[in-house]
Amino acid sequence: MLGKLSWAAIPFNQPIPLAAAAVVGLVIVGVLAWITLKGWLPYLWQEWITSVDHKRIGIMYMLLALVMLLRGFTDAIMMRSQQALAFHSDGYLPPEHYDQIFSAHGTLMIFFVAMPFVIGLMNLVMPLQLGIRDVAFPTLNSVSFWLTATGALLVNVSLVVGEFARTGWLPFPPLSEIAYSPGVGVDYYLWSLQISGVGTVLTGVNFVTTVLKIHAPGMTYLRMPVFCWTTLAANLLIVAAFPILTATLAMLLLDRYLGFHFFTNEAGGNMMMFMNLIWAWGHPEVYILILPAFGVFSEVISTFSGKSLFGYRSMVMATMAICLLSFTVWLHHFFTMGAGADVNAVFGITSAIIAVPTGVKIFNWLFTMYGGRLVYSQSLLWSIGFMVTFVIGGMTGVLLAVPPADFVLHNSLFLVAHFHNVIIGGVLFGAFAGYTFWFPKAFGFRLHEGLGKAAFWCWIIGFYVAFMPLYVLGLMGMTRRMQHYDVPAWRPWLLIAACGAVIILAGIILQIVQLVVSIRRREELRDKTGDPWNGRSLEWATSSPPPAFNFAVLPHVEGRDAYWAIKQRARQTKPGAEPAYTDIEMPRNSATGFVCAFFATFLGFALIWHIWWMAIVAAVGAYATFVVFAWRDRTEYIIPAEEVARIDRANRSARGEALLPMGATP
Amino acid sequence: MSAFEAAAGYDRQSWDRRPVAVHAAGGLGSKRIIVAYGFWIFLLSDIIMFSAFFATYAVLVGATAGGPSGRELFNLNNVAIETACLLLSSFTCGIASIGARMQRGIWFYGAMAATGILGAAFLFIEVHEFVGMVARDAGPTRSAFLSAFFTLVGCHGLHVTAGLLWLLTMMAQVFAKGYRADILRRVLCFGLFWHTLDIIWVAIFTVVYLMGVWQ
Amino acid sequence: MSNSGWERDSLYPDSAPGDESLLGQDDSEAVGSYLIGLGLATLLTIVSFFLAISGTTLVWAPSIPVALIVLAIAQMGVHIVFFLHITTGPDNVNNVLALAFGVLIVLLLLAGSLWIMANMNHNMMPMDQIMQMRH
Repeated sequence: MLGKLSWAAIPFNQPIPLAAAAVVGLVIVGVLAWITLKGWLPYLWQEWITSVDHKRIGIMYMLLALVMLLRGFTDAIMMRSQQALAFHSDGYLPPEHYDQIFSAHGTLMIFFVAMPFVIGLMNLVMPLQLGIRDVAFPTLNSVSFWLTATGALLVNVSLVVGEFARTGWLPFPPLSEIAYSPGVGVDYYLWSLQISGVGTVLTGVNFVTTVLKIHAPGMTYLRMPVFCWTTLAANLLIVAAFPILTATLAMLLLDRYLGFHFFTNEAGGNMMMFMNLIWAWGHPEVYILILPAFGVFSEVISTFSGKSLFGYRSMVMATMAICLLSFTVWLHHFFTMGAGADVNAVFGITSAIIAVPTGVKIFNWLFTMYGGRLVYSQSLLWSIGFMVTFVIGGMTGVLLAVPPADFVLHNSLFLVAHFHNVIIGGVLFGAFAGYTFWFPKAFGFRLHEGLGKAAFWCWIIGFYVAFMPLYVLGLMGMTRRMQHYDVPAWRPWLLIAACGAVIILAGIILQIVQLVVSIRRREELRDKTGDPWNGRSLEWATSSPPPAFNFAVLPHVEGRDAYWAIKQRARQTKPGAEPAYTDIEMPRNSATGFVCAFFATFLGFALIWHIWWMAIVAAVGAYATFVVFAWRDRTEYIIPAEEVARIDRANRSARGEALLPMGATP
Repeated sequence: MSAFEAAAGYDRQSWDRRPVAVHAAGGLGSKRIIVAYGFWIFLLSDIIMFSAFFATYAVLVGATAGGPSGRELFNLNNVAIETACLLLSSFTCGIASIGARMQRGIWFYGAMAATGILGAAFLFIEVHEFVGMVARDAGPTRSAFLSAFFTLVGCHGLHVTAGLLWLLTMMAQVFAKGYRADILRRVLCFGLFWHTLDIIWVAIFTVVYLMGVWQ
Repeated sequence: MSNSGWERDSLYPDSAPGDESLLGQDDSEAVGSYLIGLGLATLLTIVSFFLAISGTTLVWAPSIPVALIVLAIAQMGVHIVFFLHITTGPDNVNNVLALAFGVLIVLLLLAGSLWIMANMNHNMMPMDQIMQMRH
């Protein structure tokens, strides 16, 4: 009746997961109770859960990412403390548990922190920068978000009911095959990623179509902000790479569920093919993560240098070059698997070549800052921190790209240090730069500067203290994922690394405090004009937060840094007459995303636990949701011109007042 | 003036080269382009997924683990009939899309029905082939080669099945709601989907069946 | 606004992929496109089957796999041009570019995987031998 599910699935005999599950359960129940008692449920349902507005969806993505960051970081603290303690001892985490922790850490951080964060930023900002009202397929956008949330939910449910994979964040066979991982852990991983993968591919389709096909009048491709170009490149990579992940995980699922022999030890299976395919996805994946971060830095650096981005065309070419080259390097993740010197040499060379366009970008950012009037806001600090940190990480990457060096360093802590260097220094710092930069646009008030800067310093110092020792350890020969060790020379470095993790924890606490304080002091920090940083691109032309329709009248674009040009003209001339307001058609809210994800959650859970009747019901439910959506007759609603006018007039007068001290004519 | 010139705005008096907001949000013409282009991108992602299965098949084609190989299993008469069915169904799908554009019921419903029948015939033969192979201990669990074969060809078959469900839904929607613009957009997407399935079948019958049998 | 090649020329609206191109045919030619496509595809299919099955000596035998691939690609081209109406006109640029991107990725994935795995299989011990070593 309930497949493999039984009471034994709940870890009553393991104190740590049980305690964690209890805490998380209490928090969730507490939050739900608070929301219900305050009467916010109808508001949340109407304005957020069923919203198809790209700004709301973007914010929800980032909220998901930040919450998952806390869980992923908890895993990290547990790993660091275990390694600090486990010298000639077992530490406090048994191996079966430790293996699940590092697997969950990687899975959560990549799929449910980094991906949602960059997708959230692209969602919030890209349509505003293009001067349009929404993405190409708003309801699909909502479906994408909720399916991603389903994936995150399933991974977290594994903490309470059952177990998670013990294979690492990429489930290499034959360990991940049913013979060697008979439990439900790998199934949790696989179904969670398959479901959220559907959402991600739909996002890719959505954003590629939006960037290529929908702009404000006059916004030709070469007038788009660089953030939109990086959005395009990252989403082209999503469309190209995620199908490979879907296919590969599907093949592993077929092996596990139906006894196929793609990657098994018997009957001709070839587990090396899994590695080949998974990394053919895995390498473009890291570029999917970093390209939007590069876009964020382009925006932040040019804004806080008061200058146009240096070398726009070379930035665009470098972005598209990275997009294409990212599909030519994937073997460098398995140099040691035995392809031979010829193959290794070719991929080693391509891996070195791909560093070049990134170098072009770094120089462009430096030249943008050079000669500019720098404002050292917290966003700019994150960007400068990125440039230093990412360059170091990139250099170690090029070092690893040399096959003989990689033979020594593969799967050592040197590798771990390298990818944390580029992901934290690149993706996470970019996420935080974007978070602090666009927070006022999303919510109407800025984040507290002082706390933000303190958080930055804790993060960057903590990062170096936590990860530089890992480079040393890697060179000393320590392998990754060790639950215990007995080499005395390693001990001091692991202790230092644990201290680094604590410093990062301080940084995270400061960020939480910053958020709380900023919400409390939001009137002081209020962004009245919509343009708190003297920005250059069109999102700063809207109020903070923007109205549902973004722009009352779509702006007419005549060059790059479109909003900067508008502001210069406004300073020199009298403000123009009111534009002619017309009715605006907007897409209706829809529960499709949420309901689909609801069924998808049960589908995933049922498939994991082999509860076949539940799987069928859930699959039918998901399909029925889709059919109901397809039979809708009224897909849009009209905002009448008077309403548009009323909202826009309020914004224009607030801006007019703010521009007066800057010398604009009243 | 041709349709193109009208769409490009050549009816304006002056040769005003200010960019036209052809793709600003809204507007019937641009919605069709946006939806079809989005679906086109999705189809490309689907093609890439198939190529992952193709790559796996190509790598595992020799891994028969002492079991039967393609040459012993494939019946090329069936493959020829399947190919003819699918190719003809692509043609009838094209006729159906003309019928939808011209809003001629007989063309649209007739051609869609023909497409559906041909697609169902294809599926029938394929399922028959699969069942036969399983019965001869040549099912997907026998060897890596067979796992790859069943997955690649089966994935295509699943797509055809989904396409047939979509086809029936399209006929139902046109019947219930007429040739509304959003329904016509979906008919366009269906056509893209169906033609792409035939393109993938060309790759399958060449790489799997013809090369499997040739020696 | 000058058109320097990189700038999208907005005087040319795009065609939706799958729609007949804006630059050309009126309705009576539409059926013709499908008929020609059907005819060419049938011809190519028959030639492919003939080459593979008949054991003919008209063509040098080892070249047949290559010939089959070429015929398959030709057939895909027939579908793309005559059924999907993808042309090389300025109204189809985005559609062609997207297709080219997809084809490039497919080629990289297929060629890369085949080359890598061929080398792996050559260098690495087969799995059944490794399994026997366990005992």
